[in-house]
Amino acid sequence: MSATETQTTPNVGRTRLRKEDARLVTGRTNWTDDIRMVGTLHMHVVRSPMAHARITSIDTSHAEQMPGVTGVYTGRDLEAEYGPLPCAWPVTEDMVNPAHLALATEEVAYVGDGVAVVLARSKAEAVDAAEQVLVEYEPLTPVVDMRTALDDGAATVHSDLDSNRSYTWPLQSPSPEACDEAFSGAAHVVTREFINQRLIPLAMEPRAVVVAPMGHTGEYTVWSATQVPHILRLMLALTCSVPEQQLRVVAPDVGGGFGSKLNVYAEEVLALVLARKLGRPIKWTETRSEGFQSTIHGRDQIQRISLAMDEDGRFRGLKVELLADMGAYLQLVTPGVPILGAFMYPAIYKMDAYDFSCTGVFTNKTPTDAYRGAGRPEATYAIERIVDEAAHELGVDPMELREQNWIKHEEFPYDMIAGLTYDSGNYEAATAKAVEMFDYEGKRGEQQSRRSSGDTKMLGIGISTFTEMCGLAPSRVLGSLSYGAGGWEHASVRMLPSGKAEVITGTSPHGQGHLTAWSQIASDALGIPFEDIEVRFNDTSIAHKGLDTYGSRSLVVGGYAVVRACEKVIDKARQLAAHMLEASEDDLEFADGTFSVKGSPDATTTIQDVALATFAGHDYPEGMELGLDSDATVDPENFSYPHGTHLAFVEVDTETGAVELLDYVAVDDVGKVVNPQIVEGQVHGGLAQGIAQALYEEVVYDDQGNLTTGTMVDYYAPSAADLPAFRTDRTETPATTNPLGVKGVGEAGAIASTPAIMNAVIDALRPLGVNEVLMPASPKNVWNALQAAQSTDGGAA
Amino acid sequence: MKISLNVDGTRYEDDVEPRTLLVTHLREQLGMTGINIGCDTSNCGACTLHLDGDSVKSCTVLAVQADGSDVTTIHGMSEDENDMARWHPLQQAFHAEHGLQCGYCTPGMIMAAADLLKHNPDPTDVEVREGIEGNLCRCTGYTNIVRAVQRAAKAMRDGTPVFADENAEVPA
Repeated sequence: MSATETQTTPNVGRTRLRKEDARLVTGRTNWTDDIRMVGTLHMHVVRSPMAHARITSIDTSHAEQMPGVTGVYTGRDLEAEYGPLPCAWPVTEDMVNPAHLALATEEVAYVGDGVAVVLARSKAEAVDAAEQVLVEYEPLTPVVDMRTALDDGAATVHSDLDSNRSYTWPLQSPSPEACDEAFSGAAHVVTREFINQRLIPLAMEPRAVVVAPMGHTGEYTVWSATQVPHILRLMLALTCSVPEQQLRVVAPDVGGGFGSKLNVYAEEVLALVLARKLGRPIKWTETRSEGFQSTIHGRDQIQRISLAMDEDGRFRGLKVELLADMGAYLQLVTPGVPILGAFMYPAIYKMDAYDFSCTGVFTNKTPTDAYRGAGRPEATYAIERIVDEAAHELGVDPMELREQNWIKHEEFPYDMIAGLTYDSGNYEAATAKAVEMFDYEGKRGEQQSRRSSGDTKMLGIGISTFTEMCGLAPSRVLGSLSYGAGGWEHASVRMLPSGKAEVITGTSPHGQGHLTAWSQIASDALGIPFEDIEVRFNDTSIAHKGLDTYGSRSLVVGGYAVVRACEKVIDKARQLAAHMLEASEDDLEFADGTFSVKGSPDATTTIQDVALATFAGHDYPEGMELGLDSDATVDPENFSYPHGTHLAFVEVDTETGAVELLDYVAVDDVGKVVNPQIVEGQVHGGLAQGIAQALYEEVVYDDQGNLTTGTMVDYYAPSAADLPAFRTDRTETPATTNPLGVKGVGEAGAIASTPAIMNAVIDALRPLGVNEVLMPASPKNVWNALQAAQSTDGGAA
Repeated sequence: MKISLNVDGTRYEDDVEPRTLLVTHLREQLGMTGINIGCDTSNCGACTLHLDGDSVKSCTVLAVQADGSDVTTIHGMSEDENDMARWHPLQQAFHAEHGLQCGYCTPGMIMAAADLLKHNPDPTDVEVREGIEGNLCRCTGYTNIVRAVQRAAKAMRDGTPVFADENAEVPA
């Protein structure tokens, strides 16, 4: 039989049901809050109810007398135990980064800032005692509005700051002169200001941490609901002066993250130093309302954007000025989030010049940081909205204007004005498929008839032809952007004596399905059954190297590492197989898990046999090292650039302001696909979050800095009843920069959908003079936009 | 106070503080950690279970209120958790349709869906969406959850298994 006849069906490219599910659907899970250890002390954090105040006194004496309480600690009591919480991305040399201690000592800077912790035998006892910690505050002026925060003489977020500006980061390409020229000679310049509102990531599993001293070794094990066990290990070691080799971080089952668990949090530091101090396990789990204050928020930018065009609509230049709300402190990558966006404003469009600047602003609010897409959804929103505005002003169809300006398929690879090189893409193909699925022309006709009928419920069509940068990231590029780490990834393959395999990955899943997808990749590469592969991760003692999961990087970089690790194992196995078959390595073919000698079809051995032989060690070539394991570290040469065309169809009731999403079509090009079902699921979930930004969600603070959307009752995360069934499909333009041809899919839906929905809402209301609706497009915001348009007599241009 | 509960077929007698929520009692005293807590305002539904046959969010019930009741949790849904063929059809269908990602909402979602199907064995897309409105999922966007509930409903109506071959390719 020839190799092709024996080949089993490849696993990559087809749906395999997830290996993860058996435990999850039966409730046999192990979330951090499920961990129980004898002698555990439960930690409760006493938090500031004020946005900005000086702590004048803390009286812990009553709390200390409460039943079950073993200790109450203020910021002063613990300040010698740790340094400030880390920010790993100093985006400019002069960036202002206020010292961020796990517990405030002098001033509190946002509602939720920790001031003391109570330790007690039970969680209930800790909460009871915390109510008896008496903190006196002297109120200071809160800074709530990031615009006025930059005024001369404005109050500052921390008393020792000179201003509320953290940094200003500019990018002008190809030159300042070219940027001026693009605008000065333009026939049309369209300028808008968009508000990208603050959001709460809202992973369903609240954050939690358990830290325990482990026996005589001086080691601490940290179990945390984190996306980044490896980053957390290093950062906790540095922050708390615990030798890194004595820290083991485990992320057990983690219930979603969306960026909110891509951080190093005060409670992780506190639990570690208290476990060290007391020699007992310390446990903390946030309540949801507490998490709304103490877990990072996302987005929150004011975006001023101008698009310069020639007479015929060709894009000449783009100018973007951002104010980005940092909140009260810089968390792990807070300042870098809008900088990730900086590269995406030009999106899929060709232009002569690009002028970007971002100013990071402090306010007395919860810190912001990466939330699904991290800077790229904000960028995509602004560019896709202004292209619609430009089309409206030019009087052309918004799809035509996009088509006129996007990079043509035959022009790839393409050097973008923002400095990136897009390796591949096919915007024509994705758009053609989306337009057909959606019946774009038919729906335009329907919209027109509805308008002619004078119905008060109007129809709108929204377009988003997005791209993004994924696969974070080439380490050298991150270095050039002053990021504190690289973007490589690591994998190992261990062939076991029984012929099974363990794949170890430095990526850190929390719902994505790596166990299944990595098994598919390794199964095909090694030629051993999908079922015979176990994938190990989320524990720094098992996966000793890695940079974890965020930024749609796991498959693009981590999957690439798995491929390389498999290749190395096969190369090693080939040496022993040649010895076993008494043939030269060059004469061996490897397919489907079997080594065979060219021209001698009966002379074969399997990779499983080789694994057993290398375990036994009874007979192997002189000089060969035993063992059939490998390690591979890969550093991507470029980002990957998924793209797609999303189309939304909405009905807006002009009498109530209510928006109904009638249909949503998403055609994504994420390159080659390992598991179509998982890919579709990622797109669905992203869509729900992006649509939620457009229609439902918004963090609101009052003018004193109180979080008025402080519970799930007030912060409206959509349920199934709020969303339609999504219609999705794909085109497949492989990435050229990794062997799998994959591009990443984690953020696509969340990036593309927000502008698609908002363009649809505004498209519906254009005849009434509406050119802008604030997000979320709630009945109130739609109603206000309608009223504003009417009061200006049909609206502005 | 002393209470007696029949949970998934086992009788438990415990002393509980009157303020203890049913979910806390089940998780902390009985060790039933398949029941999750996702909020503190009874919005998310992660802790949904069946109390005397009806779906409830177990954070809205005090343990003492449940005294003498029959409780069914996710652990009581399958005939054998180790044998996929003996899972509840909803468990099978959530697996087959990729109705879960991180899985944190899944036990509550399955319990709510089971209650829906008891009252409406053949729900439309909209009826499923409204039936599970009290349960939030942040990963799936709900499309595959709706598919899963309808697939389980059909299997339950027809008395056929959700899928014959777990490894068969599923069109996506």
